[in-house]
Amino acid sequence: MTSSMLSVPQARLQALLAGYQREVRRRRWQSLLVLAILAILVAIAGRFGEVDLANLVDNISNFTSYFGRIMPRLTVAHFGANVADWYWNITGWLKLLLDTVLIAYLATLIGACAAFAMAFLAAANLASSRWLRWCIKRVFEFCRTVPDLVFALMFVSAFGLGPLAGVLAIAIHTFGTLGKLFTEAIENIDMKPVEGVHSTGGRFIETVRFGALPQVMSSFASYALLRFEINVRSGSVGGMVGAGGIGQDLFVAIRKFYYTDVSAILLMIIVCVAIMDLVTERIRHRLSGQDKVR
Amino acid sequence: MSTRRIMPPDDSAAVLDRHRNLFSHSPLQRVLAFAAPFCIGGLAIFAVWWLSIPFSQIGPGLASLGKFIALMFPPSTGGHLDLLLKAMGETLAIAFLGTLIATVVAFPVSFLAAKNTAPHPTIRFAIRRCLDTIRGIDALIWALVFVGVVGLGPFAGILAIAVSDTGALGKLFSEAIESAEERARESVLASGGTGLLAVRFGLLPQVLPIIAGQILYYFESNVRSATIIGIVGAGGIGLQLSEQIRTYDFDQVAFAVIMILVTVAFIDGISSRLRFAIIGRRTVT
Repeated sequence: MTSSMLSVPQARLQALLAGYQREVRRRRWQSLLVLAILAILVAIAGRFGEVDLANLVDNISNFTSYFGRIMPRLTVAHFGANVADWYWNITGWLKLLLDTVLIAYLATLIGACAAFAMAFLAAANLASSRWLRWCIKRVFEFCRTVPDLVFALMFVSAFGLGPLAGVLAIAIHTFGTLGKLFTEAIENIDMKPVEGVHSTGGRFIETVRFGALPQVMSSFASYALLRFEINVRSGSVGGMVGAGGIGQDLFVAIRKFYYTDVSAILLMIIVCVAIMDLVTERIRHRLSGQDKVR
Repeated sequence: MSTRRIMPPDDSAAVLDRHRNLFSHSPLQRVLAFAAPFCIGGLAIFAVWWLSIPFSQIGPGLASLGKFIALMFPPSTGGHLDLLLKAMGETLAIAFLGTLIATVVAFPVSFLAAKNTAPHPTIRFAIRRCLDTIRGIDALIWALVFVGVVGLGPFAGILAIAVSDTGALGKLFSEAIESAEERARESVLASGGTGLLAVRFGLLPQVLPIIAGQILYYFESNVRSATIIGIVGAGGIGLQLSEQIRTYDFDQVAFAVIMILVTVAFIDGISSRLRFAIIGRRTVT
């Protein structure tokens, strides 16, 4: 073993070693360059972002004490009464929380249905018209990029305060994101079933129904569920601009310094999102499990 | 035209029998497949009723929406292009620094939250729950809190994005670490390396490309979310945008939206280039 290793001539060994070291040096320089670029960018961004570390250090006690202040006063002796005091408006908040969840649900449903209808026309492997495809993809991009709060603000002006504006705003955003994801899922399918249906004389609708749909249905459902969960989370801020849901109360509580209300509502949102997270994850795992069998 | 049969007709029963499991579903599956659309539809109807969605408002609402859109043309800067450009710069700065700080914080934490590198299960559990809690609160709410701490301005936005992304990135990084191949780490340990060396040479080379891809992806999405964070006064173009919508200056709204679209498309282009350069053509998200 050793002899075979030593059998490499000294000159060759030296050349190899030199090559290795050159390579290592080159990579070092590369990482240094990346770090230097990053540092320059940080400096520029710091100027634009008005980073003021001294201010942060001075006021960080505000941050920690804020969490101290929003903590409810709970004592062992009067635990029940204290909790009741903390959640004095539990029925009202629960109703608003249900509002938020239902707004997210309706918006996800509308957005997913619209995205479902359009995605097959936007996928490069199914749709024939290049021009139509380009247009739909740009529409998706527009709906995805314009922030949903901007839509919400405009809809509140147009449709009045209330959940309708929230539903529409989140639905448009969902349409944009799901449209992109659905299109990508369709573009990644196995084309053989599609060709099979096509060769037996199937038209576009039949090709989609029997060739493409069985392959993508489960991933569509899991994307939609994931989006639902995200929408519950972002639906909780829609209320800040008057688009319905629990965000309104949270916003008022933060702005008017009703400290314990803030923690009560936040805790409710976190628990609700966590439950959503667990439930949708279960369903998504089951869906993807089915996918593997197929 | 004569049909050519590949399979004699009498065999079809046998074939059907062999693939019986593809055609017969259990009663539960049938019920589920039948009931699912009804449940989805029923819940939607309940939601419409519960939220008391006013259908009568849709007509006039669409009419006034049409008016807004008509007002958007032609888009105009309203005479303060410099202000808008500065706000856009702030937005980019918020997204960049926010992502960077979140990465720097989340990276070490994620090792404590990953199953295969956590020093103790209880530490892992505690850190996981912390990350979940941080993630459960929207960036906009963090922005409200930080506006109270460091005052109005983009710095509050940076901190808000940094905190809320620490939760998300910490979770993603720890999942990447957990899914890494154990063999490389074991071989470093077997040749006498310490635990730290094993992580450096056995684990990092595997997870770094995945992590880099995720960071770039989050940077892209942060550029999008930094555009709205200004609504609560945390810097960026959101402040101008919300003011213009409230004052019905829709030509300026259109201009700001176009600016956002162009910037986001530009950033997307750059970062997807970088992502492909780092992890190859097939993206891992």
